[in-house]
Amino acid sequence: MSEHAMNNANRADFDVVSAWVPQGARVLDLGCGDGALLARLAKERGCRGYGVEIDCDAALAAMKNGVNLIQSNIEGGLAFFGNRSFDVVILSQTLQATRHTEALIKDVLDIGKSAIVTIPNFAHWQVRWQLGIGGRMPVSKRMPYQWYDTPNVHFSSILDFDRFCAEKRITIERKIVLAGGREVKWLPNLRGETAVFLIRR
Amino acid sequence: MDVPADSVGFVSPVKVYFDQMLPLASGASLNDFDLMVETYGELNASRSNAVLVCHALSGHHHVAGYYRDQMKSEGWWENLIGPGRPLDTRKFFVIGVNNIGGCHGSTGPRSINPATKKPWGSEFPVVTVSDWVNAQSLLANRLGIDSFAAVIGGSLGGMQALQWSIEFPERVRNVIAIAAAPKLSAENIGFNEVARQAIMTDPEFHGGHFYEHNAIPQRGLRLSRMLGHLTYLSDDVMGDKFGRDLTDGQNEYQFGFDVEFEVESYLRHQGDKFAGYFDANTYLLMTKALDYFDPAKPFAGDLSAAFRRSKAKFFIAAFSSDWRFSPKRSKEIVRALIANRIDVSYAEIESADGHDSFLMPIAQYHALLRQVFAEIRV
Repeated sequence: MSEHAMNNANRADFDVVSAWVPQGARVLDLGCGDGALLARLAKERGCRGYGVEIDCDAALAAMKNGVNLIQSNIEGGLAFFGNRSFDVVILSQTLQATRHTEALIKDVLDIGKSAIVTIPNFAHWQVRWQLGIGGRMPVSKRMPYQWYDTPNVHFSSILDFDRFCAEKRITIERKIVLAGGREVKWLPNLRGETAVFLIRR
Repeated sequence: MDVPADSVGFVSPVKVYFDQMLPLASGASLNDFDLMVETYGELNASRSNAVLVCHALSGHHHVAGYYRDQMKSEGWWENLIGPGRPLDTRKFFVIGVNNIGGCHGSTGPRSINPATKKPWGSEFPVVTVSDWVNAQSLLANRLGIDSFAAVIGGSLGGMQALQWSIEFPERVRNVIAIAAAPKLSAENIGFNEVARQAIMTDPEFHGGHFYEHNAIPQRGLRLSRMLGHLTYLSDDVMGDKFGRDLTDGQNEYQFGFDVEFEVESYLRHQGDKFAGYFDANTYLLMTKALDYFDPAKPFAGDLSAAFRRSKAKFFIAAFSSDWRFSPKRSKEIVRALIANRIDVSYAEIESADGHDSFLMPIAQYHALLRQVFAEIRV
């Protein structure tokens, strides 16, 4: 299950996404979990679209939330969608769990005119502390998995994602770093827990 | 006989006569026709709660409930339909219909051909999914139903549900197509052809006019069914069910060709049972309807163009172990719907039961269907 299926009640990154998505946009949410974000976008922004989720309990929950739900893994799910068929593709806390991440982002920017990507920051000071000083793989509320059972295979820091976009000539139109539900402007790569990027080709 | 409290209970079919011409895709037509129909629940005052259940290759109008004084008479989708079940008859008026060309009371090859005053036999016109949907629409007219809350079906039944949204976009609000495909593959058609050959080369077939010879091509039907059954199951479920077990708890090979393995016994039993009641000409017609189903054909193979006028909301489901109409085939449908920006949900359900899964009360599957029907406003 993607992480936002588990805990979406007070997700500050959802507020950001909702503010950034244009009114009436056609939206695809890859790894939509229980569909809470899509349901919110439908209600607040008049958006329509589809959610992709592999977990069957989450899929049922998403349908109960009134979401058009395509049950599939994210990477295989892209074949359902034609190029330029969405205004916004959302990758909310799912990128770190994808295998062919570079190819995925390329495909996402084919399907959508833009993408909103939310990533957990692997360079947060607590993570650095746990790994750098404690010598153990970090486990936190936001990353509750042990090294042996984590679905996450591609962690990055905020700086890493910045650099990735620069190298791949992806435009970062907007970016916000969050910690404890608030924006972090000072030492974001150290203090930020999550970052939300609005990107386009 | 006791029936479960959440069953629709004892039911009886009705034969509905249509004194009107039914033009068919082949160019032929029926001057008039009968449809065997069963209904469950009550049609509401605004006639907005009707759900049509379309049957697959060997199905019929007896979808749910039991026949009084008849053992083992439960409908073929009994586990889905009833008060409190996913397709809840307290909310919906559910209709089961035997399709034209069938052998359960609707006009078909056993009916009398008015031109010859003899049973139609193999001269019964070849019918298509589209022909069935047309006949079903006439039934809807008769019942005063302008638009169905939903049309649902599995396999060939799912194809009819899809066809409804293509042919009568204004008359169906939800389409539920399970374990279906947008058209048959060469392999699918190949299996059907083997089944047809088994029937047509049976000496008792008499060119399809076996009724007048008081004969039944049972061997052919039996082989068709055995082959069919193999394609409805999966290697896994057959392994679980039969493995390499020998009949009667035997342990040693008999070095002969009598029934020895449990799987042989099962297939022969299924074949015999089927050959005892199903009509050989109907089998040929049903397989042909499957082969011809290809809604994209008039659109140069573009399936999304076929759905361009569709207005319904769709639920498409497939089963992991179904190799006859695999999830890949359902995904083709979903992709075509998404290309039209149609509301659609798709579920891929884990199951070992192969194509037959659509008839099984699999918890996840039924939970999804329950949700789909709960959402429908009537």
